[in-house]
Amino acid sequence: MSSATERVAARLPDNDAVLILGVLFGLYVGFTVLGMALGLDIAGLASTLQRITFFAAVYALLALALNLQWGYAGLLNIGVAGFMAVGVYTMAMLTAPASPAAGGVPGLGLPLWVGVVGGMVAAALVGALAALPALRLKADYLAIVTLGLSEIIRLTYNSTTFQTFSIAGADLGTGASQGIQTPTNPVMALYYTTPSSPAAGKTGLGEAVFGFFKTLGLDEPVVVDWTYTIVLVIFVGLFYLLLTRVGNSPFGRVLKAIREDELVASSLGKNTNRFKIKTFMLGCALMGLGGILWQGSQQLVNPALFLPIITFYVFIALIIGGSGSNTGSVIGGALFAGLLFEGPTFVRRLVQQTVDLGGAPNTFTDAIAALGSLDVGPLLAYTLADVSSLRFVLVGVVLVYLVQNRPDGLLGHRKETAAAVSLARERTAAGQADGGETEVDDE
Amino acid sequence: MCTHIMGIAETYSRGRSVVAERPLTLLVAVVCVLLAVDLVSKLLGGSLSVLSLAVFLKDGLILGLVIGLAGVGLSMTYSILGFPNFAHGDYISSGAFAGWATTYVIAGFGTVSVGDLLLLGVSGDASAGSVGVSVVSTPLAVVAGLVMAVVFTIALTLLIDRLVYKPMRDQEGISLLIASVGVALALRYLIAFVFGTSRPGITGGSIPGIAVPGVGIRINAHEATLAICAIGLLVGVHVVLQYTKLGTAMRAMADNRDLARVTGIPTERVVRATWVIGGGLTGAAGYLITLETGTIAFDFGWVLLLLIFAAVILGGIGSVYGAMFGGLLIGLASTVSLVWIPSDFTTVAAFLVMIFMLLVKPSGLFGGVTTA
Repeated sequence: MSSATERVAARLPDNDAVLILGVLFGLYVGFTVLGMALGLDIAGLASTLQRITFFAAVYALLALALNLQWGYAGLLNIGVAGFMAVGVYTMAMLTAPASPAAGGVPGLGLPLWVGVVGGMVAAALVGALAALPALRLKADYLAIVTLGLSEIIRLTYNSTTFQTFSIAGADLGTGASQGIQTPTNPVMALYYTTPSSPAAGKTGLGEAVFGFFKTLGLDEPVVVDWTYTIVLVIFVGLFYLLLTRVGNSPFGRVLKAIREDELVASSLGKNTNRFKIKTFMLGCALMGLGGILWQGSQQLVNPALFLPIITFYVFIALIIGGSGSNTGSVIGGALFAGLLFEGPTFVRRLVQQTVDLGGAPNTFTDAIAALGSLDVGPLLAYTLADVSSLRFVLVGVVLVYLVQNRPDGLLGHRKETAAAVSLARERTAAGQADGGETEVDDE
Repeated sequence: MCTHIMGIAETYSRGRSVVAERPLTLLVAVVCVLLAVDLVSKLLGGSLSVLSLAVFLKDGLILGLVIGLAGVGLSMTYSILGFPNFAHGDYISSGAFAGWATTYVIAGFGTVSVGDLLLLGVSGDASAGSVGVSVVSTPLAVVAGLVMAVVFTIALTLLIDRLVYKPMRDQEGISLLIASVGVALALRYLIAFVFGTSRPGITGGSIPGIAVPGVGIRINAHEATLAICAIGLLVGVHVVLQYTKLGTAMRAMADNRDLARVTGIPTERVVRATWVIGGGLTGAAGYLITLETGTIAFDFGWVLLLLIFAAVILGGIGSVYGAMFGGLLIGLASTVSLVWIPSDFTTVAAFLVMIFMLLVKPSGLFGGVTTA
């Protein structure tokens, strides 16, 4: 984990690397303290931190992809979940075995890499389809169209019509609401001779690594999960590098110009429509890959995993960090996963373990009725039992708060400038000390 | 020289975009004609009975009336405040829950404990069978519930406007859109927190109906109530917007807010009036659709929201008649499409109608006419 982060960090400007590592470190310390208070052993702590890192990484991936569309080009896409679904489902349908075990869905049985590339291409093509109306519509119309499209995609995968069907003699299907199996996680091949059945035996590396972590008290699944999480973190680094490159290229400068003033960009002879379509397609391909890396690693996907709420989660992650900033996207993903997504459940566990509130009442009115006899316990117990609903309320309130008070995200104004050269350095050279600011507002 | 070339390029691309635009309109027209011909041939050939078509039409009209009713509020706030309100669907749910809690307390008082009645059987011990609400057996409770749904939704929209949207009045539409997503999440899951997440039946007892002579379909009392209330409310809105000063002020504000303020229109008061009318209609729509479908769930308004957006876009944002007409079209599209496609694609059909409308005529059928 740390070596991967360091490798990524070495490529980042100092300030941003410190920020990202600081946020991760803060989350780790926080959850370690919470976990120790809960009485978790070393294996429990390791798997807790793995969960946090996993979700931080997947939300960072998706927030980075969304940042390309919204932060750079100003295209408001609220169909993220739909493009993820296209990526994962295409990958699953291409790679599923042609003659599956009982209850499975037949596929084309192609190798994994074909599935991943196919998934990204399919997501990009669907993105191009959505970008078509984007060219002539206002941003809020695009929002509605992409939301509608993501629901069309989900309902199509959910439909029994395509549960199994055949094209040109090949049987394949979506599995409808039961879902479709995804390939065995390739990191299993590092440790096991037969990736699909761990019982069959371990590779040399597997023996060594498992043996080492066994002495620390960590079981095989924890080690495997951590390995895959490190792969995800490496992908976050790759996404970051790619998007930074795109953002600083001449292509990216045109995108920023479109975001600031599309009329000016097109008066300068740039075909803004073509730039928008390309950006939208690249963003959708990355969302497809993000979906594959996240849901594709969970053995089974079904349409219920791609409800619009996932899109809003990604949005909140991006807004927390501040749209327009890649560093912000990563930090936003980590903070969202840690504080809003996993935090409430841990707090509930901690409170339930330390305070004995008695059994939770069955209904809200029972809990309120107890207030009449000045007993707050039942209401608290009910609240804790139903913390999963309140988590969404918290997410909504945070979203409203951020838009009202911190529209530029927690890091403040970090939109990258549209200029080719760093304006900040120029100013410092001219003797106007700028303090700690690295970016300069170009508006 | 250079500008000359650019001029040619521009003319060329404009010409190309016209060529690209026409076939699409043409395509839509051809598809519509083909579907109509196919429908007639199916009717004549006997593969589609007149009865089932009549049922599709009736269901579509009823759904369309509710969508239209809820769509008017969305359309008004969209044009006057300048953002698509994603919390609108959850206003529908909020109104329905408040109204039906009132109805249950009145109708079931004494038989089941008030605490359980308030929760509508979503959680707790009340059930549709034990309370037995219908417009025939407990008319007073239903009327009280409808009034409560309207009043509660108005109060809720005003409160949320005060807390969330008013401080952001000067910001651009996208920020407001994102804030409304936050409001939607908070509202929906507050309902889930208080009531629970199951989807129980809500009306009970037998509901009388009348058979329409000739076709053989039945219209029951709840469908009739919905149709009468919805049409009455829509006519009321039409009168208010067409014949009062408020309607003129709204049109002026939708057109140019700064100009309206300069000319002395009290814009804040107009905004409040917009929320009152829009919120009231939305609450009524939520209550009435629950009466007609006979079930309630914490997220039913959110599920309806995309259909309502489709209706509003189809009719043209800001146009009240557009919202009504678009609602009917979307309602019909999602039921009559059953003639050709399996039932799990009806919502897809409605969304596709919306997306095609945006491609062919982004300003909508009644585009250009704002708030009246």
